[in-house]
Amino acid sequence: MKILVQSEAFDLGAEVDALRQGRTDVGAIASFVGLARDMNEGSGVQAMTLEHYPGMTEKALAALVAEACGRWTLLDVTVIHRVGRLLPGDPIVLVAVASQHRGEAFAACEFIMDYLKTQAPFWKKEETPQGERWVEARASDDAAAARWDQP
Amino acid sequence: MKLRVLYFARLRERLGVAEESLDFAGTTAADLVAQLQARGGAWTEELAAGRAFRVAVNQDIVALDARLTDGAEVAIFPPVTGG
Repeated sequence: MKILVQSEAFDLGAEVDALRQGRTDVGAIASFVGLARDMNEGSGVQAMTLEHYPGMTEKALAALVAEACGRWTLLDVTVIHRVGRLLPGDPIVLVAVASQHRGEAFAACEFIMDYLKTQAPFWKKEETPQGERWVEARASDDAAAARWDQP
Repeated sequence: MKLRVLYFARLRERLGVAEESLDFAGTTAADLVAQLQARGGAWTEELAAGRAFRVAVNQDIVALDARLTDGAEVAIFPPVTGG
């Protein structure tokens, strides 16, 4: 398992390669990359700054990866989340999951992202032509996380 | 008891403080929120009932009835928006 909070960019190809390096039992790797958009809530976004809670962030990410490992049979997981100032098009977050079969990899990857959106202590502040604004949490993100609670 | 209280993101900016040490005579996270809310101004407004904020104790999100212990690290912050 690899969990990183960093200001530097990451390389999706290198991270996916690392998950299968030196092993031949991996049958599936699903990955997700979240990017900074140039538009949100109807106005242009010139840049965003991601703040986090050092210490709790790593703990919260480790807890949700552990929860995913309890629900599915996973061979390895990588989660990288960037902090600091990002520009439109910059990658923000990477989740990559290795498993024997695609079903577990797809499901766990989506689960980790849905939980990360509602549980991990990160906050986005956007720079727009109208000034700076903190991004508000979305009810749709709570709904996306809640569907994993159903039996 | 003594608590270390941290504030993040919009709340940190609105309240004008990132971190403080404070004396706490209550029992639960709700008691702490009430103590802070009594400071008036942005404190009263931002921590009012019905406002969306989260409380973490020793880096785990808790419900407001969670009991606080001496030396705890308590954080108060808006709903998260990462990813």
